[in-house]
Amino acid sequence: MTTTTRPPRTTGPAPQQVRKKGIASRTPRAFYWMVLPAFALFFLLHTVPVLQGVFYSFTDSPGYGPWNFVGLSNYKALFTDSRVLHAYLFTFQFAIVATILVNIIALGVAMALNSRIKFKTTLRGVYFIPYVLSILVIGYVFQYLFTFSIPAIAQAVGNAKFSTSILSDEGLAWVAIVILAVWQSAAFNIVLYLAGLQTVPAELYEAGSLDGAGSWKKFTNITFPMIWGFFVINMVLSLKGFLQVFDHVVAMTNGGPGTATESVGLVIYKGGFQGGEFGYQLANAVVFMIVIIVFALVQFRVLQREDVTA
Amino acid sequence: MSTAPSIPAPVADRSEHAFGAGDPVNPKPRRRRSRTPDADDTGHPNWWLTGLMVFLSLSILVPMYLVVVTALKTPDQLTGAGFALPNPIRWANFSDAWTLTKFPRAALNSAIITVGAVVLTLLTNSMVAYAIARNMHKRLFKGLFFYFIAALFVPFPILMLTVAKLTAQLHIDNQVGLILLYTVFGLSFNIFIFVAYIHSIPRELEEAAIIDGANTWTVFWKVIFPLLRPMNATVGIITCVWAWNDFMLPLVILSNPNSATLPLQQYVFQSTFNTNYTLAFASYLLAMIPLLVVYIVAQRWVISGVTRGAIK
Repeated sequence: MTTTTRPPRTTGPAPQQVRKKGIASRTPRAFYWMVLPAFALFFLLHTVPVLQGVFYSFTDSPGYGPWNFVGLSNYKALFTDSRVLHAYLFTFQFAIVATILVNIIALGVAMALNSRIKFKTTLRGVYFIPYVLSILVIGYVFQYLFTFSIPAIAQAVGNAKFSTSILSDEGLAWVAIVILAVWQSAAFNIVLYLAGLQTVPAELYEAGSLDGAGSWKKFTNITFPMIWGFFVINMVLSLKGFLQVFDHVVAMTNGGPGTATESVGLVIYKGGFQGGEFGYQLANAVVFMIVIIVFALVQFRVLQREDVTA
Repeated sequence: MSTAPSIPAPVADRSEHAFGAGDPVNPKPRRRRSRTPDADDTGHPNWWLTGLMVFLSLSILVPMYLVVVTALKTPDQLTGAGFALPNPIRWANFSDAWTLTKFPRAALNSAIITVGAVVLTLLTNSMVAYAIARNMHKRLFKGLFFYFIAALFVPFPILMLTVAKLTAQLHIDNQVGLILLYTVFGLSFNIFIFVAYIHSIPRELEEAAIIDGANTWTVFWKVIFPLLRPMNATVGIITCVWAWNDFMLPLVILSNPNSATLPLQQYVFQSTFNTNYTLAFASYLLAMIPLLVVYIVAQRWVISGVTRGAIK
């Protein structure tokens, strides 16, 4: 119907071109009103804070009162601040280990749930429970598990290493946080992988069986290539999420013992809100943002294949 | 025009429609659904693998069991690993936790914020996505699309300090502010899945409605919005779980202790009564129950809703 409002063309392009142009040339004003409030609010509540953050990262502002420009000195100080550097180290160690574990476990569970087993629906329901639980609340439960239950079991079986809580062990506390993180977020990844596995046509497996392929061969030659796109998305999303770890740490150790398990997010929160380091921690946040973007891009680059569009 | 007839397309521009996964108007049996999930049900079930999966599911169930039994114990029963059954059962833990953690108020705050965020998200995000999806060929709307999507890669810590200041200055450091923030921050991801879905809705429906005299608003609310139901379910579930369980945004935004949400209340409780474990566990259970009940009742929809978001 849009074509009728336009004068007939002399050159006579293909009909669908006329139609496309017809729509393009008169966007109803309503479309602008549909996006304008959302854009305004998004700009105000997302973009403005980000720009303010970048701005204040060049100042010595404590978060209130007067401030001065200090140029790049916040950034320079970051690279000699052992607490910040350690937070980056912890965060990356945690995020990389958790990303790898979560993806291996989630893919394994998803494949098992997708295969010929009984009680499929019930089991799927159970494995998805952690998705609806608050990380903070279940984190407190895990804190109790690691503080009391596991040491008690270790004492009962006479294991000396685990008879004290690993949460108070500077070198091992991060392992407990990884366990909580994997436990909680595997659920979501299992569902994503299940969705991916259901896109693999059964005929491929039948063909594979005819060619005499075993389970492992089928996995490496059929399943994994077919769900590569889901794998890429899961890896990128997991790493991005785990790099911002906050709730897990607050619930389990609150950064302790000492500052052994302080994540970058926690350092920014503690320093920015309680330590009067508003400007300084914003510089930290800017660096953190750049790191996350670079990592996401590198990951996409490395994991991207020409034959699959993620 | 609400009973828009699906008139045949006057032009042969159905390419995007043909490639869209599933026709939301006349859902044809989806291939991937009909073909795969039970393709391997022809043989005998794999009992060995079933046993392994049941055993592994204990890793989920044991912590849940610990929450329940600990919540029902008296403090002097907290010896050893803590897996023993409570004897005697102390139901009063729940009433104590109910008052000590100000559960009713925190639950109400969480409910208001969650419901508000879900409703506002569904009404606004779908509309923004519709305007963008139908004008993707225009530079302005395409730019807007990428502007929203780019925010997916901006980590929250860079906003955390300044958005807290901003909401305080605007006097929205309360439930209203949180509802707005969830709606706005969710936009990046939600637009992504809404736009993909709207692309698969044939334009002929809208054109038929316009011929019948409907304007763009009516077309959206009467034709498009009802068709978005599956995606609304997906976005609604994801937003609900996020807003209900989120800890970080309430922590930095809310200034009045009376507007604390359930996770924030748990945090406050933990720092004040951190050794009263039986009470604490009763309050954890209280905090988990609402969403767990929703999940158990609507399990099928929750999982399929999240799955649908994954495929898009």
